[in-house]
Amino acid sequence: MARFTHALSTSAAWLLGLLWILPLLYAFWAATHPAEYATRFDLFAPLTGEHFVTAWNQAPFMRYMLNTVIITGLILTFQLILCTLAGYALARMPFRGRGLVFALVLLQLMVMPEILIVENYRTLSMIDLIDTHIGVGLPYMASAFGIFLLRQTFKTVPQELEDAARLEGCSRLGVLWKVYVPLAKPTYLAYGLVSISHHWNNFLWPLVVTNTESSRPLTVGMAIFGAPESGVDWPVICAGTLIAIGPLLAIFLLFQRRFVQSFMYAGLK
Amino acid sequence: MKRLSWLHAWLMLLPALAMLMAFTHIPALTTIWHSLFYPARGSEPEEFAGLDNYRMMLDDDVFWQALSNNLWYALVTVPASMVLALAMALWVNGKIRGRGALRLAYFTPTMLPMIAVANIWLFFYSPEIGLFNKVLGWFGVAGINWLGDTDWALPSLMLMTIWKEAGFFMIFYLAALQALDRDIYDAAALEGASRWYRFRRLTLPLLMPTTLFVLVNAVLNAFKLVDHLFILTKGGPNNASNLLLYYIYENAFSFFDANYAATLTVVLLAMLILLALLQFGVLERRIHYR
Amino acid sequence: MLDKGKLHKGKRLLAIAVTSLAATAAQAQTELTMYYPVSVGGPLTQVVDGMIEQFEQQNPDIDVNAIYAGNYNDARMKALAALKSGEPAQLSVMFSIDVHELKDLDAIVSFDDVVETDEERQWLDSFYPALMENGKVDGTTWGIPFQRSTIVMYYNKDMFREVGLDPEHPPKNWDELAAMGQKLVKKDADGNVERWGAMIPSTGYPYWMFGALAKQNGADLMNSAGNETYFNKPEMVEALQYWKDLGSKYNVMPEGTIEWGTLRQNFLEGKTAMMWHSTGNLTAVKNAADFDFGVAFLPAHKNFGSPTGGGNFYLFKDATPDERRAALKLVRFMTSPEQAALWSKDTGYMGVSPAAYETDILKQYVSEFPPAAVARDQLEYATAELSTHQSGRVRKLLDDAIQSVLNGQAEPQEALDSAQNQAKRILSRY
Repeated sequence: MARFTHALSTSAAWLLGLLWILPLLYAFWAATHPAEYATRFDLFAPLTGEHFVTAWNQAPFMRYMLNTVIITGLILTFQLILCTLAGYALARMPFRGRGLVFALVLLQLMVMPEILIVENYRTLSMIDLIDTHIGVGLPYMASAFGIFLLRQTFKTVPQELEDAARLEGCSRLGVLWKVYVPLAKPTYLAYGLVSISHHWNNFLWPLVVTNTESSRPLTVGMAIFGAPESGVDWPVICAGTLIAIGPLLAIFLLFQRRFVQSFMYAGLK
Repeated sequence: MKRLSWLHAWLMLLPALAMLMAFTHIPALTTIWHSLFYPARGSEPEEFAGLDNYRMMLDDDVFWQALSNNLWYALVTVPASMVLALAMALWVNGKIRGRGALRLAYFTPTMLPMIAVANIWLFFYSPEIGLFNKVLGWFGVAGINWLGDTDWALPSLMLMTIWKEAGFFMIFYLAALQALDRDIYDAAALEGASRWYRFRRLTLPLLMPTTLFVLVNAVLNAFKLVDHLFILTKGGPNNASNLLLYYIYENAFSFFDANYAATLTVVLLAMLILLALLQFGVLERRIHYR
Repeated sequence: MLDKGKLHKGKRLLAIAVTSLAATAAQAQTELTMYYPVSVGGPLTQVVDGMIEQFEQQNPDIDVNAIYAGNYNDARMKALAALKSGEPAQLSVMFSIDVHELKDLDAIVSFDDVVETDEERQWLDSFYPALMENGKVDGTTWGIPFQRSTIVMYYNKDMFREVGLDPEHPPKNWDELAAMGQKLVKKDADGNVERWGAMIPSTGYPYWMFGALAKQNGADLMNSAGNETYFNKPEMVEALQYWKDLGSKYNVMPEGTIEWGTLRQNFLEGKTAMMWHSTGNLTAVKNAADFDFGVAFLPAHKNFGSPTGGGNFYLFKDATPDERRAALKLVRFMTSPEQAALWSKDTGYMGVSPAAYETDILKQYVSEFPPAAVARDQLEYATAELSTHQSGRVRKLLDDAIQSVLNGQAEPQEALDSAQNQAKRILSRY
């Protein structure tokens, strides 16, 4: 009986896994076979690379990719700096109004920038940052999630370590840099991966604020590229998708183990 | 030295706070302000509207439909993706064949941009040539017009959302499971506790913090994840799958009525803040009995 | 002694000085920024780029910078945003139906205000009248047709032969469409439909398809001032009833809505014998169809009819007189018969003027590929596409009404009444 339930559970796991990876499998199938096989499956269908060539020529993928990397990098850099400073202040520096400030920070967990696209668009056009990398990044640079996470992590650092460093003449920022940041490495990694996977795939806000290929990230490029004005061309879209997710896929495969481990240590659980 | 400490604290908080103010708190307030005006016509200044936009909203069937769709959407996708995420995490945490491959499979949605993968789902859902109806056909079941039928459009979107979310949340559960203390389990096993009992009395309670974290995120995503609508249904047919944020986008950027969009945003804000209060209440209680 | 680095620096400075001198020499350089509603890198961009290159060669004093902004909605949003933020934009191809809203925003200038000579005034009259309907308001021209299409019926001749229908006689009217459609439907042993008779897409642009049915029934959706709609006229109700009946009564079409984006694929895979679609799809269908297909007028009821669609050239107000003249020059170049002919041949969009079809390029193309002429001939029965003030909102009202009827949520009369009432309320301000 136990054996039976075990087998049942295993096959359920596999069935679910198959379902979950199906879109990716289909993307591989459609992208690597001639167009007439896009909706038909035949083991002996010939292979082709033409869709990758078409996709590559139809959209400035390098440019989009570069934009995505710049935007994601910009956001992550600022997030790490701003959240570290704020997280430390909230974790270890008593001052009046700390509770209120923390509450204000936490509010952004709920009121995410996505909700405020209309007003943020107004703001950006006022300061003339529409269609710039920095404009795409600005609303995300201070992240409540990051501040919260780092505050929690910093709180677990023994106060004695800080006191010892201070006795040796370390400045506050020195302590932060030499004691806290190294100890919070797993948190940084976990947070970094969440942030990257979020901003790499973010769509609505970049759609609103970018106008041209000089700032448009992959997702917006993909949406325009696949926009079914005259009809969907699946093989080419699939090839484009694969080109777009290639780097992310590689990162995940490389870091898979570290990823889960860092989540574990970061207390993201 | 000690006296300067508060100054240091504020200096360190300043950059983050300034950004949060500029892109969260202030816009949240100006949203309310802008909802009180008529849209500008040409180069004329905006005209004060009082509560007219809100009156218009109460009369707007599409708003009510989008609101109720959104609530159903949250009500279905949140628990479904959480349960699946937990199940997946339990599977790939245990001894199962092909664990690495399974992990990768479960994790794919997190890597695929919603907007690109929506085109692939469009193929799955396509009634005559799509995969799902083909599979139904093998079992002799007549096809469904997934995205073109008012009864099926929203569930179809939900399915894709669950797919997207469960894989992401699985990571959090997996990390939590790996951090659990094996000794307790060994002890429980020695005492002859059944698997189900161990799961219910040990695993679930120990995973409570993760569950709360995931819950918060899942609820939020139910209100902010609308990327796939752009490709799959555009909120149709006849608004059967319209969601609040998408309707806000439509108003602001297709109908060019930023003021009505602001009015709708106020409702969304109010809902989220209400949810926040609710959840902080729950969090508070959890902290107490810890 | 100068070291190498300094020398290089000196050279560079010199080079900069020389180039800036050269630039001042070519003083008269006018820079134009044009927004264009296609996605970057798509096949259309290459055609447009080619045209611009040729234009720049002929007009060395004008520099054109084309910005490919995505679909119509994106292009409009981007162009208006650019104008608002003070970035240059002198002209754009935008949805032909945006004219009232662009006027309301005070963003565009009429072509009548920019033309100077009699020859230029004549040029304004050189296009097909049906294509000018959406560009003219109260006799003034605001939009010049360029990327224009209309709806035609694609049909699979092999399937017509298979069921014993004459492949050269596609359905001429509503009754024939229903009758022939029924013949063309094929079911498998379980009674599930394997192939439909016809498909009219009802996502994306349902109001556009409905405009065709309405016109065939002898009625227009709105007035040319764009401040009145006629959604619930008896002709409209009848037209919508017929559309619904194709699915629920004659069973030649699936019930519920039919996806615009995947319809071409359905047709190419033989899942439907006929489809109504934009002429913009002609080249794509031609390249991919592995069967004998034909293109025909949409069937008539009281008369033939189809709305036109697509994009017009607009000139933005925010430009210097020189820039406006240069922009006009560019528009004239791109809509000249030769360019229009090339454009039509390369893309499947229509040649916008009778003269374009008189060029050797299109004459030859039409004789080699007769379907290309169908859209042109149908123009005689064509009408404007739905275009009003606040068109996005008004359009959505009609779209929703259509989709609710096709999904069996409402009867045509009540759905259209409600759409009409709401549209009336919105338009009462204009």
